[in-house]
Amino acid sequence: MGRSNQRKRFSAGKLLIYLITSFWALTTLYPFIWVLLNSFKERRFIRSNSFSLPLGEAFTLDNYKVTFERFDIFPAYRNSIIISVSVMAVVIILAGLAAYALARYRFPGKSIIQALILASMMFPVFSTIIPVFRMMYNWGIANTESVALSLLSVILPQIAGNLSFAIIVLRGFIQSLPIDLEEAAYLEGCNIFGIFFRVILPLARPSFATVAIFSFLWSYNDLFTQLFFLRRKEAYSITLLLNEVNSQAGVNYGLLAAAVVLVVVPVVIVYIFLQKNIIKGMTAGAVKG
Amino acid sequence: MDNDSMIFKKKGPLLVFLLPALAFMALFLYYPFIMNIVNSFYQITGLGNSPEQLNQPWYANYQRLFEDPYMATALKNTLILMITTIVFQVGIALILALLIDNIKKGVQFFRTVYFFPIVISATALGLLFNLIFLYDTGMVNQIIQSIKPGSELIDWYDENHFLFTMLLPVMWQYVGFYFVIIATGLNNISPEIYEAARVDGTSGFQRVWYITLPLLRNVLCTCLTLAITGALKVFDLPWVMFGAGMPLNKSWLTGTYMYDITFGYADVDYGSAIAIVIVVLGVVISMLANRIFRERDI
Repeated sequence: MGRSNQRKRFSAGKLLIYLITSFWALTTLYPFIWVLLNSFKERRFIRSNSFSLPLGEAFTLDNYKVTFERFDIFPAYRNSIIISVSVMAVVIILAGLAAYALARYRFPGKSIIQALILASMMFPVFSTIIPVFRMMYNWGIANTESVALSLLSVILPQIAGNLSFAIIVLRGFIQSLPIDLEEAAYLEGCNIFGIFFRVILPLARPSFATVAIFSFLWSYNDLFTQLFFLRRKEAYSITLLLNEVNSQAGVNYGLLAAAVVLVVVPVVIVYIFLQKNIIKGMTAGAVKG
Repeated sequence: MDNDSMIFKKKGPLLVFLLPALAFMALFLYYPFIMNIVNSFYQITGLGNSPEQLNQPWYANYQRLFEDPYMATALKNTLILMITTIVFQVGIALILALLIDNIKKGVQFFRTVYFFPIVISATALGLLFNLIFLYDTGMVNQIIQSIKPGSELIDWYDENHFLFTMLLPVMWQYVGFYFVIIATGLNNISPEIYEAARVDGTSGFQRVWYITLPLLRNVLCTCLTLAITGALKVFDLPWVMFGAGMPLNKSWLTGTYMYDITFGYADVDYGSAIAIVIVVLGVVISMLANRIFRERDI
């Protein structure tokens, strides 16, 4: 009797657990479903009942039409992709090289360099942005007419901002690789750079992927740096454009909803395919640091 | 850890490996960080301008910090944000992680879904929450109307509600982050310890209190440090939802205030001083927290 009783209580407990955990899942998912549904509705239907489905006369594609008409969505997407892909590419190359050296070489001053890298993860962007702006302004990169230079002026500080995290994650992974393969390659006449590109890069691909995705997302989402450096409309990124929509849309709720959906959808697609790498990357760096 | 293999005896390639990354960091992190400290003592009248002359007295900006009522507001709000994130973000994450440690089905699903808001840009979330908290009439006011028809609409951005409206999205977004960290910590606890406790006839709550939490101590300390430094970095969400200190300069955070002083008022040297306050707060508070909570096991 005691046994069946225990099992019963057990399943009631499980039910409660599923109720609570599902409730939190609902809070993280439902707002996005809600905004997606409302992006297909006219303002008056959003106001009267934002929970209804966009069916029948409530359904409209106008919000999207207006968003594309009033705001330069595609150039903003293009700018965001240029910025984030450049940041991602440079970060994985530079951080990969540095991480390999720190993982395998022994040299004087190594512990100081590692401490400096760790410390720089504590620098908030607020504490470096003003001198960085002045420096790049003096170089003629920041605050110029040129769209290409404006994008560059966001790319450079964003690369620097991601490097310390990337080096720490990659170094940890490369250190855990057995050295035998590198030695075999060396005996067969491969030089150190050949070893890096032909042995280490393929072996450490999962952690490179993690770092790549993290840098891409961080750069795509970072409003603060972009507010500082992208001042010309032609150079606006998608995040900055969204900030602009926010200040201009006024009471056009459908437009706001459509704009949110347009910015979130690419990220959702990336997340669905790569979520394991993303979760691992975003927490691994934090825990190790 | 270091390797004595033949391959790494020649140190020449080191330069090629290390120099590019270090040069980048020196130029864009260490040098600006130090310059920012210097700048805070000088007079700078525009973004991009060089420092003109020392302030009179040289610590004038730091004196001003203590007399600036908006800075006091920003500090107060940031500390409230910090405490809320520690208590609720880490708290909810801990509860969820402990619960999910007891189930087998759907673990991956919950992990994915809980983490999801973190990858979304805070700017998009700001707009989303602006719609949710709309006065006439967003999701929250519609729910209230359906429960209590005819009640007065709530202005979620007014003096009585802004703090809740500002803190809730920031708190909500990062619960999944701490959830994953704590869940990983739970996975590392050996099941044998629980078996032993179960044989001794302890209840579930006793097991959590006497076994799980002490073993999670260092993981929770990591979360604490992350929550403290994270709270000081918050900018995007409050900026999109509240802009320059709405309502009536009450919603400033150290980050948004620093941005507005630097960018809106072009008071660049004072902005630098605020940035230094942010750094010092982060270092001091996380050191204090670690001194208090971390185990002295070394």
